[in-house]
Amino acid sequence: MSPGLLILIILCTGIAGLVLGRRRALLRSESSGQRLHSLPMAYGQSVFLFATVPALLLVAVWLLLQPVFLEGRAAGMIPTSDIPAGSGIALLLDEARRIANGLPATAATLPSVIAAAQALNEGYESARLSLSIAALALALGGAIWAFLRIKPEARARNLVEQFILAMLMGASLIAILTTFAIVASLIFETVHFFQVYEARDFFLSLTWSPRFGGGSQLGLWPLLWGTLYISFIALLFAVPVGLMAAIYLSEYAGPRMRAVAKPLIEILAGIPTIVYGLFALITVGPLLRDYLAQPMGLGDSSSSVLTAGLVMGIMLIPFVSSLSDDIINAVPQSLRDGSYGLGATRSETIRQVVLPAALPGVVGAVLLAASRAIGETMIVVMGAGAAAKLDLNPFEAMTTITVKIVSQLTGDTEFASPETLVAFALGLTLFIFTLGLNILALVIVRKYREQYE
Amino acid sequence: MSTPSSLYVADPRSKARRRSESRFRLMGLGAVGLAVAALVFLLSSVLGNGLGAFRQGVITLDMTLDAAIIAPKGTDPEALQKVTTIAYKRLLDRELAQDLAAKGLSTEGLSDKAIAGLLSQEAPAVLRRMVLADPALIGQPIRFEALANGRVDGFLKGRVTMESAKLDSNISPEQLTLATVMRDAGMLNLSFNPSFLTAPDASELRPEAAGLGVAILGSAYMMLIVLCISVPLGVAASIYLEEFAPQNRLTDLIEVNISNLAAVPSIVFGILGLAIFINFAGLPQSAPIVGGLVLTLMTLPTIIISTRAALKAVPPSIRDAALGVGASKMQAIFHHVLPLAMPGILTGTIIGLAQALGETAPLLLIGMVAFVRDYPAAPPEGFFDPASALPVQVYNWTTRADPAFMERASGAIIVLLLFLIVMNAIAILLRRRFERRW
Repeated sequence: MSPGLLILIILCTGIAGLVLGRRRALLRSESSGQRLHSLPMAYGQSVFLFATVPALLLVAVWLLLQPVFLEGRAAGMIPTSDIPAGSGIALLLDEARRIANGLPATAATLPSVIAAAQALNEGYESARLSLSIAALALALGGAIWAFLRIKPEARARNLVEQFILAMLMGASLIAILTTFAIVASLIFETVHFFQVYEARDFFLSLTWSPRFGGGSQLGLWPLLWGTLYISFIALLFAVPVGLMAAIYLSEYAGPRMRAVAKPLIEILAGIPTIVYGLFALITVGPLLRDYLAQPMGLGDSSSSVLTAGLVMGIMLIPFVSSLSDDIINAVPQSLRDGSYGLGATRSETIRQVVLPAALPGVVGAVLLAASRAIGETMIVVMGAGAAAKLDLNPFEAMTTITVKIVSQLTGDTEFASPETLVAFALGLTLFIFTLGLNILALVIVRKYREQYE
Repeated sequence: MSTPSSLYVADPRSKARRRSESRFRLMGLGAVGLAVAALVFLLSSVLGNGLGAFRQGVITLDMTLDAAIIAPKGTDPEALQKVTTIAYKRLLDRELAQDLAAKGLSTEGLSDKAIAGLLSQEAPAVLRRMVLADPALIGQPIRFEALANGRVDGFLKGRVTMESAKLDSNISPEQLTLATVMRDAGMLNLSFNPSFLTAPDASELRPEAAGLGVAILGSAYMMLIVLCISVPLGVAASIYLEEFAPQNRLTDLIEVNISNLAAVPSIVFGILGLAIFINFAGLPQSAPIVGGLVLTLMTLPTIIISTRAALKAVPPSIRDAALGVGASKMQAIFHHVLPLAMPGILTGTIIGLAQALGETAPLLLIGMVAFVRDYPAAPPEGFFDPASALPVQVYNWTTRADPAFMERASGAIIVLLLFLIVMNAIAILLRRRFERRW
């Protein structure tokens, strides 16, 4: 039975339970002359929930864990002598999986792989059968249990509401689960990486030259330098422009100007990063190369730190400006009025009263923008280039952590090699950096925020 | 002589202060102008590069579907299936030469192969599909609009010039001269290109045939998955946090987690998808289900944040009134608060979906960059078939050598932006139409 059909049957069981449960509640109240505690529908709902929810959860968990279990068993059937030198068992398992899914085995396929594929295939069959039986039994069992509990004095509504509350709570736990899954998968694979590659080399080496086939140098520094350099240029562009735009729009602009300019700037925030990436690749990069880099003799690559930084800066403008806008608006009018009363001009008031009052918020906004810049991927993939080097020239192509995560994890890669696993260590670095910046931003805003009132 | 409007004469210090005031103001205006100019420059660059993808050079051929070539063993479907595109190519090449001769267009200095090179390599396949769909056409005279080669197409759009053709091994200036003559005779022209939206991706050598069909379908599947999972989960989580959650450590932990997840770089979600859904759970690579799940996790914080705002905006008097007439807390929320918060929730959902639609980086990691030519099957099985996605297709095309793919990529961006504009317009309309101020 396919999972889709199984889910459908479970749902049908639930709906039948809904109708029958409601009928039974009405009938029993009629025959005993006792008033129902809850609305008749609540009795039906209780049957529906007990029939469907546990069974559907079982199906979901089972489908998630089944391959882990089965492939673990199949992996045990492939002797270590069959694994080609320099690669892991993952490739053979992949092959076994493909054969189990119906692709023909080639002449080069090892007999142990074919056996594993057969075991996988049989495993799928029997697992599917036992899943069907277990899920249907659970659905029917839940339905019957809830059905038999229907009595006029049963508190069906409270039961249903408790059940729904538990489900709501479960849904909100997904957030924790996701964070946990992210951290776990990053740390797990990073530990794996440090088992096959010296941690000291990763943190201290100044070269990045992955070679599939061994002997690669995977130093973090060139990537970190590229990331920070590009983010710095982006912020150098975005912070003054965004901040000044926010100041102008909230302090100077009339309502009509605000109504036009603000949405226009916010459109920039809604544009997907791939669009910015393409913009960097086909417009900004060649433009900078032809009109700045080549005349000045600084380089002839169209992908460069400056290209990526500028385009990323454009992307960050709305981010900085809308955050600053909120913060500037939160500064109470009385402060401004006081300053005007002393004879200060508008710009003096803004520079000497409003901005200092808003400073913690603005710093927080800049840090958030920095965390965005560090984690940005598509713009740097398409605009910054792939050469990992430590250089100061902004017209040189450099690379970032995110670019290398993409390049190490796309394409046909052997999953157990350090060249692939390093992507997880890079991901963890990235995660820690952005998380740190976010927390720092939060702390600064909380600690230094002026409380007016 | 003009009369001064005021007797007050500004002293140098006031003048300096006023100058600095207007300087500051100008800087602000400049910043706004710069931001808007960047937007205009960005959009016009994409539009300018991409509009060409919607028009395609075609060669109009009046031809007879000669049964001797394409149906040597009769016209029953099985026999027709066995005829490969090579036979169709032979037919097309011959018909092109005949047409040129009939119109009296000079082909001097060009080999037969060079003349045939004006046609796309995809044209025979298109013709074959047409014949297989309707075998009755065989032997009939038809008018066939054959795709022109990518370089010829580029020539019509001004991307390829005589100078660049001299350096190009795929096209010669003589061929372009013939193309000019054909254009003047009305045989070769640019026409609207619907297959850009429906055709699957094409190989490196045939940019003229590449389309967005599989990518649009893949994106649609992923959006469906995101919608079906993230909305119920997000709304449920928001209801719990906003209406039921007690003030305790667990609630705090959840809140911190949600706000942090909203700030996690998207590529980290890609790593999560690769590690958990593909390596751990064994789901297939390049499948919309994995992409949908990853995007769901990314969209959840957005949906939760906007749903909570919508729930918060419903005044407590509504809840109090419901509780006052005897509803339980659950009933008050599900029967009264939630319907009132619905427009806000929908708006947030659409904006979250729009974000997910444009997201690229995590999809690269779960293998959606693969070259996929087959349409995925209908859902739910299709969720597990390999597919592409709109933004990933853009990236994919930019990595190819032929500059014709850059035009395609920009065209795909236009399609993507159109979808986003429609989604955002719906969100704005919903907000305008249903938003209630209490």
